[in-house]
Amino acid sequence: MKFRNMQELVKLCEEKNISFSRAMLEYECETSGLSKEEIISRMADKLSVMKLSAERGLKGLVSHSGLTGGNAKLIHDYMQNGDCLTGGVFLDAISLAVAINENNASMGVICATPTAGSCGVVPGVLLALQKSLNKTDDDIIKALFAAGAVGYIIANNAVISGATGGCQAEIGSASAMAAAAAVELKGGSPASCANACAIALKNVLGLSCDPLAGLVEVPCIKRNAAGAANALCAAEMALAGVISYVPCDEVIDSMYRIGISMPLALRETALGGLASSKTGKKWKKKLWSSSSHNE
Amino acid sequence: MKYQSVFDIIGPVMVGPSSSHTAGAVRIGLLARKLFGREPERVTIHFYGSFAKTYKGHATDVATLAGLMGLSTFDEGIPKAFDIANDKGIKYSFIEESAIPKHPNTIVIDMYAEDKFSNVKGISLGGGLVEICEVDGFALKLSGESPALLIFHIDTYGTIASVTTLLAEKKINISHMEVSRLEKGRLALMVIETDQSVPDDIFSAILAKPNIERVVRLNL
Repeated sequence: MKFRNMQELVKLCEEKNISFSRAMLEYECETSGLSKEEIISRMADKLSVMKLSAERGLKGLVSHSGLTGGNAKLIHDYMQNGDCLTGGVFLDAISLAVAINENNASMGVICATPTAGSCGVVPGVLLALQKSLNKTDDDIIKALFAAGAVGYIIANNAVISGATGGCQAEIGSASAMAAAAAVELKGGSPASCANACAIALKNVLGLSCDPLAGLVEVPCIKRNAAGAANALCAAEMALAGVISYVPCDEVIDSMYRIGISMPLALRETALGGLASSKTGKKWKKKLWSSSSHNE
Repeated sequence: MKYQSVFDIIGPVMVGPSSSHTAGAVRIGLLARKLFGREPERVTIHFYGSFAKTYKGHATDVATLAGLMGLSTFDEGIPKAFDIANDKGIKYSFIEESAIPKHPNTIVIDMYAEDKFSNVKGISLGGGLVEICEVDGFALKLSGESPALLIFHIDTYGTIASVTTLLAEKKINISHMEVSRLEKGRLALMVIETDQSVPDDIFSAILAKPNIERVVRLNL
């Protein structure tokens, strides 16, 4: 059940008439030596962490640095109010994505998906869809394996860390994972999952990693919302039958080539972009000083 | 393939905000504590590179101290590490180093207890993965992913063979091994990573061998 890239995964799924999630689960069985039940139970634990993380974030949190917080609650209250532009699954997904990443910034327990900085995207989308599509926890656990299959391919053929490939590698990967998982959850074909992945990733190519004072907060938390919104956008297009002109593996390779050719100032060094804006410099000065020992 | 498992992607479960600057720091602290073999009474933590600049915002100080207190990366008690250390009466201090390290995310930890002292250097590689690269001045490469023995010995013929023969007799497989010394004929360090944990009796038997000065055991 081995697959090294998206083309191999789609071919494998089509030949055996299985989904991304099934392929990932069987591959994990083969390589880990664990039973399907054990592996599913491990994934169920991750889902519990994601749910608790969202719950905590929605209450309204302030980050460890004091720089950010409270936006998930703001969006959630606005959504509940009902007088909004979009509403429904869209606002739900972005409020959950922000909630989970605010929980991360406040030193709560999170599940890195695929990284800590992008941990809100996949659960934001999937937990919102669980409600709107009336899905069970078992369905969402399956969808996490589908997201995992996409992340596995991107991580092994490109990169998933901002320091190596910019934000496109973190939020971009998370968004592509969420898009493919959303398509599978809605019953789309493996080819549609691959299209959703390609479209989502293409939409954020070139995104730099330039957070204020080098912290996983500004713009990371809002980028989790953007990643979730982009995933829904890509999934809807793929489900409608839209095909990516550039095949998914080529998009992944492009992301990698863009990432490694990005200047260092835009790869998690807090030296360029937003980090070197007037406000960025102010926060750097404020947060990069004073010590905290007890002797 | 760099990533082997779906749980490398959906995971790890950890306390935020950063896998490299928070979770990695907890792991370096925890490994340093395990290498020290007991709770330290006083610790001095030196931050280099990116850690020296951003450690407050990422709570790298809180995280490293939490690891030194024995907490793991997903422990909800991590944000309270300062309180835990204060309650235990453990002294801690942080030093922002300006020297440019080989790796951007480097931590050096000095640990003291009674007449015991040890010094450990670790680097955070990203995604929560770490490497211990120096113990008491000796260079090494320790991931902390498998059990290990650090054997400080007199640099003389037959010492390495006596240890590996003993492990072979006890059916303990060596997965990785390296030897380093500061000066020919003086103290040397062999690092042996094993597939199985090393039980007490074998640990004592190694310690009783000639030319062995000190053994540190890392069981997971």
